[in-house]
Amino acid sequence: MKKLLTGNEAVAQGAWEAGVTYASAYPGTPGTEILENIAEFKADIIAEWAPNEKVALETAIGASIIGARSLSAMKMVGVNVAADPLFSLAYSGVNGGMVLVSADDPGCHSSQNEQDNRNYAKFAKIAMVEPSDSQEAKDMVKTALEISEQFDTPVLMRITTRICHSKSIVEVGPRQEVAKKIYVRNVQKYDLVPATARKRRVAVEERMKKLMAFTETTELNRIEWNDKKIGIVTSGVSYQYAQEVFGVAASYLKLGFTYPLPIEKIRSFAAEVETLYVIEELDPYLEEQIKAAGISCVGKEKIPMIGELTPDIVSIALTGEQIPFVAPDLSLVVGRPPLLCAGCPHRGFFYELSKIKNLMVTGDIGCYSLGGNEPLNAKDTCICMGASVSMGHGVQKILDRIGDPTRTVAVIGDSTFFHSGMTSLLHVAYNRSNTVTCIMDNRITGMTGHQENPGTGFTLQGMPTKAADIPSIVHALGIEAVRVVNPLDLKEVREALTWALSLDEPSVIITRWPCVLKKHSEQDRTEFGNYQGKCRVDETKCIGCKMCIKTGCPALRFDKSVKKVGIDTAQCVGCKVCLQVCPVKAISKVGE
Amino acid sequence: MSDVKSILMVGVGGQGTILAGKILSMGLMAAGYDVKMSEVHGMAQRGGSVSNQVRFGSKVFSPIIGKGHADILVAFETMEAMRWLEYLKPNGKVVVNDYQIPSGPILIGNCDYPEHLLDELKKKADTTVIQAGEIAAKIGNTRTMNLVLLGALVKGMQLTHIDFEAEIERNVKPATLPLNLTAFRFGMDAVK
Repeated sequence: MKKLLTGNEAVAQGAWEAGVTYASAYPGTPGTEILENIAEFKADIIAEWAPNEKVALETAIGASIIGARSLSAMKMVGVNVAADPLFSLAYSGVNGGMVLVSADDPGCHSSQNEQDNRNYAKFAKIAMVEPSDSQEAKDMVKTALEISEQFDTPVLMRITTRICHSKSIVEVGPRQEVAKKIYVRNVQKYDLVPATARKRRVAVEERMKKLMAFTETTELNRIEWNDKKIGIVTSGVSYQYAQEVFGVAASYLKLGFTYPLPIEKIRSFAAEVETLYVIEELDPYLEEQIKAAGISCVGKEKIPMIGELTPDIVSIALTGEQIPFVAPDLSLVVGRPPLLCAGCPHRGFFYELSKIKNLMVTGDIGCYSLGGNEPLNAKDTCICMGASVSMGHGVQKILDRIGDPTRTVAVIGDSTFFHSGMTSLLHVAYNRSNTVTCIMDNRITGMTGHQENPGTGFTLQGMPTKAADIPSIVHALGIEAVRVVNPLDLKEVREALTWALSLDEPSVIITRWPCVLKKHSEQDRTEFGNYQGKCRVDETKCIGCKMCIKTGCPALRFDKSVKKVGIDTAQCVGCKVCLQVCPVKAISKVGE
Repeated sequence: MSDVKSILMVGVGGQGTILAGKILSMGLMAAGYDVKMSEVHGMAQRGGSVSNQVRFGSKVFSPIIGKGHADILVAFETMEAMRWLEYLKPNGKVVVNDYQIPSGPILIGNCDYPEHLLDELKKKADTTVIQAGEIAAKIGNTRTMNLVLLGALVKGMQLTHIDFEAEIERNVKPATLPLNLTAFRFGMDAVK
């Protein structure tokens, strides 16, 4: 049967068909939907959200060593978090086949950098596959698991945004059950104390030799002969762009198995063509290895290494041709940055925070990273998951040392706190800085599209579970000054911030209110009630001061012609944040 | 020469471009075409500019297009048509919704929503203006605007021989099916 699937859906389908029985991930764009789709196969696969990528990979390693086929998926920066177990896994090898899917984001659509994770395969000395469309994504999960078991290696499957989020036609099949392998205690393989590690180090190089022979013969690396004036070595989605631009005017060496590279196959392909192009996104990963083998080629001297490729970027770089297009009048276009939604529980908190002087606000990864934008402007930094809390500590320690009265406020979400904020807060408690850590608990993982997390009370596959209690965790880490506030109540937020900033000890403010887009659970309904409604502006009272506009709510608009504010009732949910900032009480909630 | 056609749908997060693209792609696949559809997630829910590309033909390679490749640009929001116009072929068509959603800088009063957009679009390309907001409101639910625009797109691309209504049935809640089908048909009628 044929289905139109995204790359993420295809990976999930491939995992199911290939007999995977354990999968774990932490959500991250562009790879979030891999586990969400695997989770649908409840009868056959245990699918779990882990608190972070390191835990996700380690649980999959455990499942593999005990004998099951397993998969772990994460966005590219997640692999940094999971790098510690990954590099040792390269030494221990696997028992049941194991795939690590790295979803890279060239162009930083939803990321803080655009690292090229193909480098991880080379760095960790493990096998790598790169699909070019959804069919290959599905098929390569199975092939990767077979390679994993045959060569005793984890296999990195590297995909990118345009593979993850592009739909193409896939022939789907049935599940093939794979019996769990027998686990036999083997400390010489799985117990990587130094004496074992030194021996396994040798095994890694022996495995590499076998993989180098395999890569020369596997059908994953295939030649398509056409005109021989131009030969193109490419992989991943770049193959599609190369085909789009050159069609039958070039021959292709399409690489699906990209670590180790089939250097001899590339050499003989290069010998038959007049000019060899290497078309790849981001780093000159293929090019450097090809050039190091003494094969001349044209790559990054023409093709950009920054940002995503597109067919026309490839075309302009290599043929110099820009096809005609309709020129827009950009003076008629205003930017459209993403905004905190109308009714977002983060808005009121950031509004109050933005009014406090002499503050440095360290931010984190999540919707609340938008708190740094106009008009709230209440954030100074964003580096990586969990960094708000630890960076805030570093900032405060130096400020204190030089006698600067500026205070630091760290802002982190619930899921990000579980991910890696807890260890940072432990550092704050242990090393005593008087930073104010604000945990914005919106009862869900918001930015990636509403995934359950350890605090929500449900697992990925919908089972009710023990909900982690943030105040108890914070107390247990050694923070005594803790307040939980309703972020829609500006007075409560203001008082909590004033209180926290008056203390000479580390403090935590927890804002607890569900994401406005969240589908409420039974517990949410009991705790938060049905608060939604509409606000309205009394135009006879509105003085056009625009105080409410400064909250940055997309449901509020200022009509210049009459100098009054109006509310878009399609967007307004009646959170009442604007109502609280209006100096003349011109805004009210309908029915109250 | 490749027979591949490229459709670019643009709008603002929350307008339903992805669902329209899904219905379009599934209909094209059922009609026997090779199809690729590309979308970017992430910030979409938060009112950012969104795009959705559908390409079909006997064999499609790239899931995305560059400047000058779209046969048709369907803009669910007026200003977005101008933002994405450079993706259009010189002889390509524009179907634009006469529906304005002010972006952040406009909402906070830093600048005004641009004027004369429709006139400028008409000067630059073969442009059809659709009152999808009005049509959807008349039907009884402004959220069906995406189906009105899908109808306009199907007519504009001369794909009326494909059974998209069956795909609509598969992709919307049964309760909203009659509304969505009406919206789709009104959209087709809005294009000559």
